[in-house]
Amino acid sequence: MDERKTLRQIIIYHTFVGGLGFVMLYPILWMFASSLKPEHEIFLNAASLIPSEFRWENYAIGWEGFGRYGFDLFFRNSLFVTTLAVIGALFCSTVVAFAFARLQFKFQSVLFACLLATVMLPMQVTLIPQYILFHNLGWVNTFLPLIVPTFIGGSPFFIFLMVQFIRGIPRELDEAAIIDGCSWYGVFWYVILPLTKPALVTVMIFQFMWTWDDFLSPLIYLQNANLYTVALGLRGFSDPDNLTAWGPLIAMSSLSLLPQFVLFLFCQKYLVKGIATTGIK
Amino acid sequence: MENEVKNQSDLQSIFDANRKKRRRKNNLIAVSFLSPWLLGFFGFVLGPMLYSLYLSFTSYSMLTAPSWVGLDNYIRIFTNDNLFWLSLRVTLLFVVVATPLRLAFALTVAIIMNTGHKGSGFYTLIYYVPSIIGGSVAIAVIWRQIWGRDGALNEILGWFGFEANYNWFSHPDFAIWVLIFLIVWQFGSPMVIFLAGLRQIPQELYEAASVDGANKIHKFFKITMPLITPVLFFNLIFQMINSFMTFTQAFLVTEGGPINRTLFYALYLYREAFTNFRMGYASALAWILLIVIGTCTWLVFKSSKKWVYYESEGGK
Repeated sequence: MDERKTLRQIIIYHTFVGGLGFVMLYPILWMFASSLKPEHEIFLNAASLIPSEFRWENYAIGWEGFGRYGFDLFFRNSLFVTTLAVIGALFCSTVVAFAFARLQFKFQSVLFACLLATVMLPMQVTLIPQYILFHNLGWVNTFLPLIVPTFIGGSPFFIFLMVQFIRGIPRELDEAAIIDGCSWYGVFWYVILPLTKPALVTVMIFQFMWTWDDFLSPLIYLQNANLYTVALGLRGFSDPDNLTAWGPLIAMSSLSLLPQFVLFLFCQKYLVKGIATTGIK
Repeated sequence: MENEVKNQSDLQSIFDANRKKRRRKNNLIAVSFLSPWLLGFFGFVLGPMLYSLYLSFTSYSMLTAPSWVGLDNYIRIFTNDNLFWLSLRVTLLFVVVATPLRLAFALTVAIIMNTGHKGSGFYTLIYYVPSIIGGSVAIAVIWRQIWGRDGALNEILGWFGFEANYNWFSHPDFAIWVLIFLIVWQFGSPMVIFLAGLRQIPQELYEAASVDGANKIHKFFKITMPLITPVLFFNLIFQMINSFMTFTQAFLVTEGGPINRTLFYALYLYREAFTNFRMGYASALAWILLIVIGTCTWLVFKSSKKWVYYESEGGK
């Protein structure tokens, strides 16, 4: 659209769109502001976005956590689970997608239909039997139920995304490699994998965001506070029995979102492109 | 002569054997690539689903072996479980209100973002932020603060002369709206998908329409709307399924209350399974949820023939 915008149009646009942006961000700005407020101000001047004085010690107090469990522990746990989950998702989505996109095999279309069906399958249906299965394997109160599924197709959407992406890579490349005596494993490793980088970044970002945020699985599988992820730790911290002050709770809430914000800032280009082309979430 | 024929058929069988061998080899290679997913699909999805179907006909507390009770679970759910009907009603209300609201917001803002003003990329990012973190515990904590009795919302309302001195999330009529707002607040992700769809509409269509003397309103209803319906359809299906599964925020912000007004189905199912350890009963609830979601998805698919525009079919 190359119609010239009048000044009035531009002003109306930015007022409206900027105003909405402010409303959208208000809860987040409020959180960061309140994390620095003195205790009484959180409720007295509730709507204010500017603390009267900066209480950085809210963060120090919050970091201590509750009982014997500090947030350093929760962050370590979350980081461990999230890192392995990301590795799992990257491994599984590329390997499996390669087969669907490039190889020919028996029952290919049936299996692909199964894959698509699981994309839409509500997790509640498998929640209970999976819990029983992990329980019988003795995996409750370990990180395994949060990590192992990502290695074996826990997020079928990523496989689907990768299939679509690999299908877009010209077949001539693998044909040339095969003529040169490359095996299918070689084609996967030397030809396809290096070209899937943009899709890999998308998978990485989303798996990171989801695992970091995930609440239901840790809630079910991790009962031992030693193993709490940040999400569970924060919930334990906000429990009225543990809670001593609001300032530290809001400080820790802000901190728990920090890794996601950092990732978002650095990868926003990939992120927005990723959703736009694949329709994630 | 005869020898030659024999040779030929020999050759043929060698070819066949070779092809079979190659095919078998290809299958083996494929299996090696597929094995993680095959293991996951059969061991962690299909197998468990069948097991859960079996469990739904049993009574099982995980302490003793499941005991077969036939249709008892289903009969009790349908005839003698007020919470089931209540949670189904709450969830359907939530799905029916929150999904269209979220999509309407997403589409409206995407259209505004697509008017070609400077800075739209920046605003898109801002609108997207809530979608990234909306499901987190931190936001649940914040939401309770903002919508609380002494929270920011009540103070802001006070500036405009509305005195509300209650916790919104413990008010029987408003609690569900606190959660609906939370979902609508995350309109960023469907918005980005809409925006991508809008940008794919060929500019020539608008130019041709302009030549024919169409005004903006015409262009919107005759070009933009029909061409965006496939994206709308996609978003509708995914957002609807997601809304059905809402758990975390109801669990944390309202805890299902007050007086079960926000007892979402997923929350009720969780309580039956992991608080009361009635695994058989909860499995039956899960299967009913699957059927409800499946039916709704099927209805949307069915209706799509009436309102989704596919270019390849030349319109309806």
